[in-house]
Amino acid sequence: MNDQLYQYLLLLGDNPLILGHRLSELCGHGPSLETDIALTNISLDLFGQVRHYFQYAAKLNGENQTEDDVAFLRYEHQYKNTLLVEQPNTDFAYVIGRQFLFDAYHLPLLEQLMASKDKQISAIAHKSIKEVKYHHRFSSEWVKRLGDGTEASHQKMQTAIEDLWPFVAELFEETPLEQAMKEEGIGADLSQVKEKYDADVQNIFELAQLQRPDHQYTQSGGKKGVHSEQLGYILADLQYMQRAYPNMTW
Amino acid sequence: MVNLENESINVPTEVAEHLRAISDPEIPVLSIMDMGIVRDVSVDGQAVFVKITPTYSGCPAMDTIASEIKFALAKAGYLVEVELILSPAWTTDWITENGRQKLEEYGIAPPVEESADKLALMGQSKIVKCPQCHSTNTRMISQFGSTACKALFQCNDCLEPFDYFKCLK
Ligand SMILES: [Zn+2]
Repeated sequence: MNDQLYQYLLLLGDNPLILGHRLSELCGHGPSLETDIALTNISLDLFGQVRHYFQYAAKLNGENQTEDDVAFLRYEHQYKNTLLVEQPNTDFAYVIGRQFLFDAYHLPLLEQLMASKDKQISAIAHKSIKEVKYHHRFSSEWVKRLGDGTEASHQKMQTAIEDLWPFVAELFEETPLEQAMKEEGIGADLSQVKEKYDADVQNIFELAQLQRPDHQYTQSGGKKGVHSEQLGYILADLQYMQRAYPNMTW
Repeated sequence: MVNLENESINVPTEVAEHLRAISDPEIPVLSIMDMGIVRDVSVDGQAVFVKITPTYSGCPAMDTIASEIKFALAKAGYLVEVELILSPAWTTDWITENGRQKLEEYGIAPPVEESADKLALMGQSKIVKCPQCHSTNTRMISQFGSTACKALFQCNDCLEPFDYFKCLK
């Protein structure tokens, strides 16, 4: 088995998996029916994309591994999602801020992956990007609506962006795995993703009357398996059934 | 051979008959043939090999559709294999003309052009037609609806809310 490719598929799948889980927590708790439905629809899209990555990973691994094994039976340090997506649903401005800061990365990332030499990764990216365009439209519209809304909504949106900003840099920190995959023509070039990200974020923040945070403090580790305490709670929830009833199926 | 409109996919007539009886469980009026989910069918004696593609990545109906294809064709005496393919990615352009008519009769506005829902979001759309009274004086309520493939609209004339099949290209 090509272990690097396998690890790279986990890296690609873990962000949508954990973000999809965070959004699924809002099912029935959204601030309005429409936003509730939108956020859970986005969650469903992300889970669908994860299934494609993990089905492929399981096939590469062989040994009768399934997509569910990949999703449910790893330990905390084996998850490679960035710290940004595991941040909690503090309030609606955080949910929207987290979503936008991820969508603005997800879109150019998939653009890069569409050109991947790996045919299956390229096919998944071609499929996913159509959905992610809708996610980005939804989150950026809400960033504008809240940022350029009332004094209170502006304040909440600005605060959410300030608090989430330290986690943005990790999206673009190239790990040795990502570097190797990029050099093989399989993985994305994060410096090019970042260029598009910066332009997009600047444009939306301007329209939303938001200040781009200028603090330099950053926090990272998720891609290498060093997570915040948040992930433990997510996994306790996510993995409960498989841990309590090993090999259970529907 | 049956030639699906909008696309040149040839499905042997004896198999097409069975596939046309299977629908997306979330939109029961639309057969998987009209939906453009069936991408390739080859028959070799009693063996049938069917390739299908998902509408949305997270479409929960795909597993059901795959087993319904297997069941229907097995019942007709075939040995069936179904493969899920991702490339080329599904687009609403593959919904047949017949499928679009059925959607509208069922009360779901069929997809128009890509910009329709974007314009609607900005309050500029006069493109999506109300499936009840056919007025184009409609507005988008939410770009996400009851399933991944739909947005929620309302007619400003007859005031009925309705589903719009989102354009995916
Ligand atoms: Zn009407």
